[in-house]
Amino acid sequence: MPVVSVRSVSKVFANGVQALADVSLDIEPGEFLSVLGPSGCGKSTLLRIVAGLAPPSAGTIEWPAGKTDIGFVFQEPTLMPWATALANVALPLGLGGMGRREREARAAEALAHVGLAGFERVYPRELSGGMKMRVSIARALVTAPRLLLMDEPFAALDEITRHRLNADLLALWQKTGVTVVFITHSVFESVFLSQRIAVMAARPGRIVSDLAIDAPYPRTESFRTSPDYAAHCRLVSARLGEAMAA
Amino acid sequence: MTARIVAPVVMGIVMLALWEAVVRVAVIPPYVLPGPLLVARTLIDDWGMLAPALVVTLTITLQALAAAVVVGVLLAVLFSLSRWIELSLFPYAIILQVTPIVAIAPLIIAWANDVDLSLLICAWLVAFFPILSNTVLGLRSVDRNLLALFDLYGAGRWKTLIHLRLPAALPYFLGGLRISGGLALIGAVVAEFVAGTGGSASGLAYRILEAGYQLRIPRMFAALVLISAAGIAIYLVLSLLSYLLLRRWHESAMSGEG
Ligand SMILES: Nc1ncnc2c1ncn2[C@@H]1O[C@H](COP(=O)(O)OP(=O)(O)O)[C@@H](O)[C@H]1O
Ligand SMILES: [Mg+2]
Repeated sequence: MPVVSVRSVSKVFANGVQALADVSLDIEPGEFLSVLGPSGCGKSTLLRIVAGLAPPSAGTIEWPAGKTDIGFVFQEPTLMPWATALANVALPLGLGGMGRREREARAAEALAHVGLAGFERVYPRELSGGMKMRVSIARALVTAPRLLLMDEPFAALDEITRHRLNADLLALWQKTGVTVVFITHSVFESVFLSQRIAVMAARPGRIVSDLAIDAPYPRTESFRTSPDYAAHCRLVSARLGEAMAA
Repeated sequence: MTARIVAPVVMGIVMLALWEAVVRVAVIPPYVLPGPLLVARTLIDDWGMLAPALVVTLTITLQALAAAVVVGVLLAVLFSLSRWIELSLFPYAIILQVTPIVAIAPLIIAWANDVDLSLLICAWLVAFFPILSNTVLGLRSVDRNLLALFDLYGAGRWKTLIHLRLPAALPYFLGGLRISGGLALIGAVVAEFVAGTGGSASGLAYRILEAGYQLRIPRMFAALVLISAAGIAIYLVLSLLSYLLLRRWHESAMSGEG
């Protein structure tokens, strides 16, 4: 039974832009799914609709096992500059009405999980881009959601930081068993991370292929240089190329 | 940092010395232009009369500023909660802002029937708009994704206001407050000029008028110095407040590399 089913979802914005046309997608429990597509093809729109942040123009979002908690990570870290790392991570718990002591304990734990123990009292401006993104991930995970939605979270980071965060994200995924929907426009990133890749095409946004990446986990840096990885990247690139030509 | 203090201080001393020299060499009579030493002397001699006037003017200024903060922020919050209230009220706030205070002060003085109250209203009228418009801008300049996040976690309007919109608006509000501090002082002085009389007690503007009638020009200068000093003090205090509130997180309060 999928965690969430996207059923024939279309989205037409008020200005007449059709961002999505008849998108259907089942997201299975515990999987790591990437949505790959060129920029402007409607990836963010799809994710926002799944999160309930925007309504679809047609079609439905179904939660067969009931609506679950969602964690959301944006492309920008999206932290409150006036709040410490700890207060930023504790925010979702505070909005849910949890008492101060308990939410700070949990937030500290979540920060430790993303490798930021000791940075509790630090303000966002004092953190590097990669560390800010870690805080953002800790905030998304602090409520122990069953579904983690990530919208090109590492696109603005340098490559070294991105690789490190890729590895840490996979470790978190394996440890927590959370279902991840990861949006990216990078073939390499999607192949490295995912069990499954949904390739999107633009104008209107639609899913054109759904590929399994059956390489085993844990995937380490040596996977990045393996022939298996290269073969998958070639295949996914070809599909993306077809999608963009179509 | 030291250059920022030393440069204007040296400049000030040079100008004052020049002024004193010109007055002495050209033998300008004090009722035309008193030298800075005479002004300082008058300030000390007339302190018994000028100090209470300063207190009166400052009291009106600070009361007006406080009222401007309360009304400005409340209206801004109201505007951010309801588009309709904003659409129907904002134009009138602008009309109040663009109408010269000297032109409406006589009306207010006639209506309020109480000089103290009318001075307060005039000073408030000049002071409140920067706070209102800046706070409205700040409440609206919230990161869209942070708003989406609050939405995702089911925070209602109230929690979003308290935990997101108000803190995001703080730097804008403080910017408005700094402008309003100076304006409140100007409003208080101008209104007292127009009224031509102090209320229950005389403020600095009335002392200036009075000194003008009596051709006591040094006293006029002394009162002017006090008004400027008050304006500078208000600005410095508000800047310090702003720095203390923002230094941990806001770019405006960063020193150099940080
Ligand atoms: N709020 C909006 N109003 C109008 N058009 C929008 C809006 N948001 C996105 N679009 C348009 O919808 C299309 C898909 O956008 P988006 O989902 O952000 O793409 P992606 O995330 O794949 O880059 C783009 O053409 C974009 O300009
Ligand atoms: Mg996007």
